[in-house]
Amino acid sequence: MAIKHRAVSRRTRLVSACLFGLACAATLPAQAQQVLSIVTSFPKDLTAVYKKAFEARNPGITVEILNKGTSAGVAFVREAPDGNKPDVFWASAPDAFEVLANEKLLQKFDGANKAVPAKVGDYPINDPEGLYYGQALAGYGIMWNTRYMKANKLPEPKEWADLAKPVYFNHVAISSPSRSGTTHLTVETILQGEGWNEGWRQMLQIGGNCAAITERSFGVPDGVNNGQFGLGLVIDFFGLSAKSSGFPVEFVYPSVTAIVPANIGLIANAKNAELGKRFISFTLSPEGQQLLFDAKISRLPVLPAMYEKAPAGYPNPFGGKITAKVKFDSDLSRSRYYVVNSMFDHTVTFRHKELVAATKAINDAAAKLAGKPNAKAEALLNEARKVAYSPVVGEERARDKEFLSLYSASKRDALKTKQLTALEEEWGSQARKNYARAQELAGQAAALAR
Amino acid sequence: MATAESAGGAVAAPAGGAGLQGAVALAIAAFLLIFLIVPVGTVIYVAFANPDGGLTLAHFGSFFQLSLMRESFWNSLYVAAASVVFASLIALPLAYFTARFQFRGALLIQTLGVLPLIMPPFVGAVAMQLVFGRSGSLNLLLNDWLGITLPIMDGLNGVIFVEALHYFPFILMNLIVALNNIDSAMEESAQNLGSSGMRLFRRIVFPLAMPGYVAGASLVFVKVFDDLGTPLVLNTTNMLAPQAYLRITSIGIEDPVGYVISVLMIVFSLFALWASALALRGRDYATLQRGGSTLGKRRLKPWQSLLAYGWIAFVLLLVLSPHLGILLLSFAKVWSFSVLPDAYTLEHYATLYHDSPRMIGNTLLYCGLAAGLDVVLGTAIAYLMLRSRLPLRRSLDFMASAALAIPGVVLAIGYLRTFRNVEIPFSGELLTSSWILLMLAYTVRRLPYALRSCVAALQQLHVSLEEAAENLGAGKRRTIQRIVVPLMAGGMLAGFVTSFMTAAVELSATIMLTTSQSAAPMSYGIYLYMQSAAGRGPGAALGVLAVLLVALGTYLSHRFLRSRAAELETRM
Repeated sequence: MAIKHRAVSRRTRLVSACLFGLACAATLPAQAQQVLSIVTSFPKDLTAVYKKAFEARNPGITVEILNKGTSAGVAFVREAPDGNKPDVFWASAPDAFEVLANEKLLQKFDGANKAVPAKVGDYPINDPEGLYYGQALAGYGIMWNTRYMKANKLPEPKEWADLAKPVYFNHVAISSPSRSGTTHLTVETILQGEGWNEGWRQMLQIGGNCAAITERSFGVPDGVNNGQFGLGLVIDFFGLSAKSSGFPVEFVYPSVTAIVPANIGLIANAKNAELGKRFISFTLSPEGQQLLFDAKISRLPVLPAMYEKAPAGYPNPFGGKITAKVKFDSDLSRSRYYVVNSMFDHTVTFRHKELVAATKAINDAAAKLAGKPNAKAEALLNEARKVAYSPVVGEERARDKEFLSLYSASKRDALKTKQLTALEEEWGSQARKNYARAQELAGQAAALAR
Repeated sequence: MATAESAGGAVAAPAGGAGLQGAVALAIAAFLLIFLIVPVGTVIYVAFANPDGGLTLAHFGSFFQLSLMRESFWNSLYVAAASVVFASLIALPLAYFTARFQFRGALLIQTLGVLPLIMPPFVGAVAMQLVFGRSGSLNLLLNDWLGITLPIMDGLNGVIFVEALHYFPFILMNLIVALNNIDSAMEESAQNLGSSGMRLFRRIVFPLAMPGYVAGASLVFVKVFDDLGTPLVLNTTNMLAPQAYLRITSIGIEDPVGYVISVLMIVFSLFALWASALALRGRDYATLQRGGSTLGKRRLKPWQSLLAYGWIAFVLLLVLSPHLGILLLSFAKVWSFSVLPDAYTLEHYATLYHDSPRMIGNTLLYCGLAAGLDVVLGTAIAYLMLRSRLPLRRSLDFMASAALAIPGVVLAIGYLRTFRNVEIPFSGELLTSSWILLMLAYTVRRLPYALRSCVAALQQLHVSLEEAAENLGAGKRRTIQRIVVPLMAGGMLAGFVTSFMTAAVELSATIMLTTSQSAAPMSYGIYLYMQSAAGRGPGAALGVLAVLLVALGTYLSHRFLRSRAAELETRM
């Protein structure tokens, strides 16, 4: 047995030697080459294409992609030591760039491509301060799974308002605007397009039809691809690229949509700022913009001239088929950013169960009443709708400077935290009360119809 | 470690070993302080801080103001408790039948039984949805045949279902080790006295295996209570961990309430562990003889074995269906709203082959080192806690276990902040841009798993064996080397395997601390693929590789353990 024992320990030693060797190999400095590092929330499908093209044009440079998800990416840039920060930040969410700019983590340079127009619709493509640039455009729309729709006999939607219809109850998915900067823009577009009260009424109805409020924005297209959800509110390339990857999905832009840029910016105190500049300029050049037409990427270029070379049927935001009807006011959006997000979370995301129950009760009552008109029941049902689908913050208050300023500072002291949590509590419990009351009223209406 | 030793001298007790014990304890404490307490402290002090720098408890007041938080607390508690119940229902029969009866394929079952722990991030979720979800295979079939669908994956019950399937191996592994460690004489005498069947299990076997069960169950409870991934993937937000996460990771705000939740979760988790330790206190579980391999395995009557095999087959099918789902997904061209994929292909594996072969090596390296460190630390802490008389020895356990309740993001940000500009000696490379931090994050985050297994193993080891060795002239060191470690080997191995496999699929700290693609582990690769529709297949393929890798590792270590056990016996 002693022999065997020795054999075992020899094996152990061999294993540890291998591990040690591996450890050494891994600590060796990566390359003697110049390394450009990019923090991004974009999928590999997109970044790999750019990495390959840029490396081919710039021999000797290695592009290092750090895929982190937006909020982790911001934190990573913030925590990295000066002089050793990554070079480029590249993501969709405009709010992430706002934060980076406010914390002086972005650096200005004259890299803009002059051929890029100042605005798409009413939304400025480049940051007015010149700290970051629009690199591609994206519009919001509705994506659906054709098999799911067929199996559940659902009609194809055209507008946001369609998603509020009872027929889509429990079939829709949306991501929370506090988790996805792009969803926030959709919500804001609806609020600006329809007005505060009507916009919230629609949002709450859509929320009531949702099977889930997802935590990640990719959760929506992922679930639609699976067939887990029937329809979802998504950014266009999620829909277009899923379709081109063979999934049984369709995508449509509603007439009220926001076209907004996905941005790219140079990080301040970066390790290789020169390479960063070169890369940003490349992504904005015709060659870099051409890459966006790749089927797995499917994004809209910011250079209008590119659309002449676009594949057939490719959407064109510059006076093509999709037009942003809403005069999007980005200052207004910015001023109430946290209010809208917090309201959405405390009345929809966290009270989703109750909202769905109220919506179901209202739908059931409406279905019962459809056959036999009953004035009193109608009145009750309308009251139920009003209670359930009114925003907890009125339009006037949402414009109040003092109220908005509560949310402005990024650091929170005890008093502010207390005020904010008091608001959250108020909204949450008000929403819960509203939904319970609506459910009760709808129940009464249904009882009358019998 | 000069400081640790000199300070160790101060606590030195008359016995020769105590000085060394003190030094080891201080070294471990220093490790935990540097790599857990300080980094986490730099992040969560926000919970107690005012922007002007003063300390305050007012944020806690704000927390208790929110009825949402009370609701979340009760939801988390309910989910954790219910998950322990269901996980026990799954794990108990698997462990008991395979450890105590003549059972074909016991080793295979035990190996397959730990696979659910390796649920690759996102891929696991997608696969679960494809199998059990609203439009998953099961519900599509049920709808076709019976016109009904089961909301398995909805709401809190969905979370309980997934958590129980995911974490029952904690109970299974610890219980199997515990069962193998019971003195066979106990069971044999009980049988000689006429006890059998349920009574034997209820009165003799289960009580003696209690340390293993409690180790596993408390781990499941705390893990589920603190788990973030599952509720988020199922879009359940009204629980504590998701609430903390959503508040902490919002872009642009440092929300103190999020950190208040973290602090309260740590406190509650430690309380739960303390309570579980209390439940075992005052009882003696140690037995002199090790029973596992010497105990004559019993035979099942034909109808019993039919029942047992049937139940085990059902359970394994249930718990492995996500893995079957991942496997199918990795070969699927398109799989959407159908019971099975439309068509099959090998191209996802080909994509992997030229995309990311290096990640596999990285995972093996980081997780192997991390799990190794975990076992060393876990054994040392367990030994100090149960065998030494050092003051404050339990605090090591509490410190290490606090890691369970800390979101990976918080630890990772803490690391980046604490070790900013720290260079690795002699290389000039920044610590924050090397993989060492990632490995250490795995070590710290998975230490509680290894620790619970080691503690359970040592609790079952009677101290008189060590006393005997010392009476025969062996020093402390030799006793530990020749008696304690070999007899604890089962528990240590269980700890290693758990740490290794859970580290292999760790995500939140991985995303944050990965600083270059060449140093990225597999879990990062899976995350990367799963961000796009076209990446689902390759992501699943990488998930399959991760599962296979860990399964192979588990199987080999079981084999190794068996041959060691056989070796020990022949030597005796």
